[in-house]
Amino acid sequence: MIRIDFNRLRFLVIDDNAHMRRIVRTLLHGFGAREVYEAEDGAAGLEAFTHYMPDIVITDWSMPIFDGLELTSMIRQPGANANPYVAIIMLTGHSEKKRVLESRDAGVTEFLAKPISAKALYQRILNVVVNPRPFIKTKTFFGPDRRRNHGSSYVGPERRKGEKAEMIKVQPLLDKTKSSM
Amino acid sequence: MTKTPTKSPARIGAKGGLDEATVSAFADHEIVTPKRNLKAFGRKAKIKVDEFGFDMEAIERAEAALADLSSEFEDWMAKEVERLSRARDAVAAEGLHAGTRGTIYIASHDIKGEAATFGYPLAGRVAESLCHLLDGIADDARVPADLVMQHADAIRAIVRENAKGHDHPLAMALSERLGEATTQMLVTINGAPSIAP
Repeated sequence: MIRIDFNRLRFLVIDDNAHMRRIVRTLLHGFGAREVYEAEDGAAGLEAFTHYMPDIVITDWSMPIFDGLELTSMIRQPGANANPYVAIIMLTGHSEKKRVLESRDAGVTEFLAKPISAKALYQRILNVVVNPRPFIKTKTFFGPDRRRNHGSSYVGPERRKGEKAEMIKVQPLLDKTKSSM
Repeated sequence: MTKTPTKSPARIGAKGGLDEATVSAFADHEIVTPKRNLKAFGRKAKIKVDEFGFDMEAIERAEAALADLSSEFEDWMAKEVERLSRARDAVAAEGLHAGTRGTIYIASHDIKGEAATFGYPLAGRVAESLCHLLDGIADDARVPADLVMQHADAIRAIVRENAKGHDHPLAMALSERLGEATTQMLVTINGAPSIAP
């Protein structure tokens, strides 16, 4: 079984509601995280992202100045910042399917609907740590591969020209750290 | 049938940097595999897990931390209700316009997301109904201000009566009735929703 080293992960929590930020921070510290930074709107969030270089961003959707979706689009700009591949968890009171799809299409890694629970938050974090997805870049999209399953059961049309989702194997950093010890 | 990239994979980003990645180009898209991922932050260990493989000790610690924080929840819920009440009074005084609508939507949306954590899941359900009502009617002039205010009043009553949990009779009756009224209003204004998936 996998144990996450929360004490080595750096989090950035962006939410305009101070109560929600405190709840998320409490849960993360409960998991064992030490570095949890906060921002109260999209603009402050982007600034904190650039300054702190978090491993995981947890952002609300509805916020002043610019929202979590716009923030995600700004982060997912290859070449525009130091880490366009950062894991982004959208934590929002919006739970409609169209919102989930909009988030996914903006480049969000995981979606979590409020009300929050320790287990649900843990599950999303576990997923971004254990199951990193490659990124796909097209004329209209840049973000984590939206096809989570590459099984042979899919019978719909192949929309990507020229390939059937050939995946490049990632060299797990876990192995690297082991071999260097 | 698996095809190969149109050219050899290329490396992008600063060497050793967070943006370092390998790019494989295909006909109409690229697959970008970041050099760095978060797998280094997970390690195999003998831990107590639940049926889904979750680290139960970590989750229990977080739940305990949240339980410690819960002494604050009454005060926080009261503040959220106060904010909603101010927004409700603005609707009563000025009617529905972009400003009052935005303010009461944000207040109810926050309660929708927080109320269950604070112990008032049925207040959260009423707030959800209010958000649903406001989301469903684009034209401010057609939003029934009375129904909006009834939602806010119901949330205030649920919290005032300390109607916690899922089975308080007053909170159940209010949330069910207002949910029905919202559905009925949206059908009246927008017509029956499509049953197509």
